[in-house]
Amino acid sequence: MTEPILRVTNLRATVAGQQVVEDVTFDVPATGVTAVLGRNGVGKTSTLKALLGLYARTGEVTLAGERIDRLSTDRIVRRGVGYVPEDREVFAGLTVAENLRLAERDAAPRRELVADLFPDLVKRSAQRAGTLSGGQQQMVSLARALLNDNRLLLVDEPTKGLAPKIVGEVATALAEAAATAPVLLVEQNLEVIERLATTVVVIDAGRVVHTGDAAELLDDPDRIQRLLGVHTSENAA
Amino acid sequence: MSTIVLLLITGLGLGALYFLVASGLSLIYGLMGVLNFAHGSFLTLGAFAGWEVARRLGADSWGVFGLALVVGAAVGAAFAALTELLLVRRLYERHIEQVLVTVGLALATVALFEGTWGSDPEFIEGPAWLRGTTDVAGAPVPNDRFLAIGAAVLVLIGIVLFLRYTRFGLIIRAGVENRAMVTALGIDVRKAFTLVFAVGGAAAGLGGVLASQYFGYVSPHLGAQLLIFAFIVTVIGGLGSLTGAAVAAVLVAVLQQFANYYWGYGDLVVVLLLALVLLVRPSGLLGRRA
Repeated sequence: MTEPILRVTNLRATVAGQQVVEDVTFDVPATGVTAVLGRNGVGKTSTLKALLGLYARTGEVTLAGERIDRLSTDRIVRRGVGYVPEDREVFAGLTVAENLRLAERDAAPRRELVADLFPDLVKRSAQRAGTLSGGQQQMVSLARALLNDNRLLLVDEPTKGLAPKIVGEVATALAEAAATAPVLLVEQNLEVIERLATTVVVIDAGRVVHTGDAAELLDDPDRIQRLLGVHTSENAA
Repeated sequence: MSTIVLLLITGLGLGALYFLVASGLSLIYGLMGVLNFAHGSFLTLGAFAGWEVARRLGADSWGVFGLALVVGAAVGAAFAALTELLLVRRLYERHIEQVLVTVGLALATVALFEGTWGSDPEFIEGPAWLRGTTDVAGAPVPNDRFLAIGAAVLVLIGIVLFLRYTRFGLIIRAGVENRAMVTALGIDVRKAFTLVFAVGGAAAGLGGVLASQYFGYVSPHLGAQLLIFAFIVTVIGGLGSLTGAAVAAVLVAVLQQFANYYWGYGDLVVVLLLALVLLVRPSGLLGRRA
């Protein structure tokens, strides 16, 4: 069995003195998409932010065997961790081209790959990112991460608030991204999970309550209902 | 008519000095959220450095005056960069401590300047042209006003070009919007913090040399004297907005000159303008709305 790309052991995180991640332990395999699932507010986004050092944290995190839990955010990212945040967080006052140029950290950024994946962004390169639609902003956010050669991608709710057609496009882009690097994906949309994820980690109240094969979980409506509090179409039938 | 022209150009000259201080304050607050009460000390030290150069090498030469401007800017930049590296860097996100440290530094440096150069103003010399006047529409306008205006316009253009066309400028513009996301792109934003302090300190140091020409003296309190109005300019222009600082500097200084001449209440009018802007547009003229 290959070594995981990311190993998280007893991760705890606080924001303004409030515990937002209680005690999280899981591995991210070196290939494929690992989905982090759970009800709203259980600590999925906080877990990603803690991994990246955006929240104060304790515990042990290794990236390809190297400890990264004591590194600052920028140093973690420079070790090959791409980040696509919740709510896109594009720089609204900068143009699309400036948003992308800012994200280039490799000597040879993958501009051609990004142009192939998101041709619309090439056309809109001089447009201010704040004037783009939600879907286009998500493309900018994904493109910023994909410009570099990553060892791991952290992607936080990329389909949140998007129209169904755009959700499909984002999922296609994520599938392309997963071909270049393993992905740790926080996502609520089970159809997207079904299409992309190979492994799942379920969090509840700041702790991991289930890890395993994605298809296995998605084939078990009762377990989904119990763990995530949602009814799948099969379950409803 | 000649009085209005004189007040207008003198106001623009004073506005230029306000802008040289406010530009740094605004960039520093916009990027780092730091209200830097020690910024006036960068100006004062720059002014004294320029004065020392002029005193030792001959004040009436344009070459020496140019050197004084360069030395004033360099000393201001170095002092500001050291302030960021040694004091402010440990205090990001700790706003009360930032205020205490920068206020403490301002008080301590004024005492240090008094101990070094004395508490009385040192009257300043310069090239003969600066002491003269130029007739504009019948108004005898002191030449040093033109110099201050020209320098402020060049600094504004220089900073705008720097922000627009350099990678550090890109990082600073992005950092003003969302500092955490800049670090999440793998960028060590602390280098940009030091650079912004240095750029702000250089503008203030340059402003110090020009202010000593404008007022005709240099004193340990020169920076504090301009800092309060620079803060008002920064707030009226919109915290973090360089263009806002430029517009507000002109507005505040010209209004102050006219109000002082016709009613004698220039400072009061400036404070009333500040109150009005805060009531009607709390984010400032060109600041981002919360």
